Amino acid sequence: MKAYPLGHVRTPYYIRGHSGVIERVCGSFPNPEELAQMRDGLPAQPLYRVRFMQKDVWPDYGGNPADVVEIEIYQHWLEKA
Amino acid sequence: MSDQGKYQPLTYFQLMEVSLRELLVEKGLVTEEQVANAVEDMRKRTPERGARVVAKAWVDPDFKKKLMENGTRACEELGLDLPALKLVVIENTPQVHNVIVCTLCSCYPRMLLGIPPDWYKSRNYRSRMVREPRTVLKEFGLKIPRKVRIRVHDSTADMRYMVLPMRPAGTGGWSEERLARLATRDSMIGVAVPKGSKK
Repeated sequence: MKAYPLGHVRTPYYIRGHSGVIERVCGSFPNPEELAQMRDGLPAQPLYRVRFMQKDVWPDYGGNPADVVEIEIYQHWLEKA
Repeated sequence: MSDQGKYQPLTYFQLMEVSLRELLVEKGLVTEEQVANAVEDMRKRTPERGARVVAKAWVDPDFKKKLMENGTRACEELGLDLPALKLVVIENTPQVHNVIVCTLCSCYPRMLLGIPPDWYKSRNYRSRMVREPRTVLKEFGLKIPRKVRIRVHDSTADMRYMVLPMRPAGTGGWSEERLARLATRDSMIGVAVPKGSKK
């Protein structure tokens, strides 16, 4: 995974490289990275809500160890953990 | 477009807005009237729309079930049309508190909550709500006990989120209208909880 791809991306930097579990499948949507380049964004990309444990994302996280952050991520940004 | 009486020089973005709008009108792509109507439509949307949904979910278990399964369709049943909005409703429970943020920009369920508050769009809120939610919530005056789990929802793509707060104790038998007054904007974002028995 490239740390700093060019252009418009919807996967925040803080979550890249972390492992999570799929919370739900949201459907398929035109790829926003393509839409931002005035292209049609097709084929539509499946979009998932992925749940991450806060303590995995932030090593010094101070809350409840069961706290989570959930984020929408397009399929092409995901790989099997 | 500012209503304030006192003269203020235009900011960069205000100047951009005026320039772009005048150009679009000059080129005949939109009319001043269309712009004014669109602004008026946006202003008409207030958090009372979301509060109606919350109150209905508090009194009607069937509606609540539908709302959790498909937020957009359930709102349409109430006559709240949500064009192009995929609504995900997340429910607070005694064990889990939910809060919404958009770290990338300021995605917000405007069709239900209206224009977002300035703090929702601030870098401070956007960067810290994912990093230290408990501290930020405390700054809003909301102390979440450590045994309650926090789910932060980062609204990064096509979904929009609304928190279904818990119905306050002592509101048994209240009408939907009365209950709706308890569901504040902040409670539907997740930075507050509805207060019961307000006199």
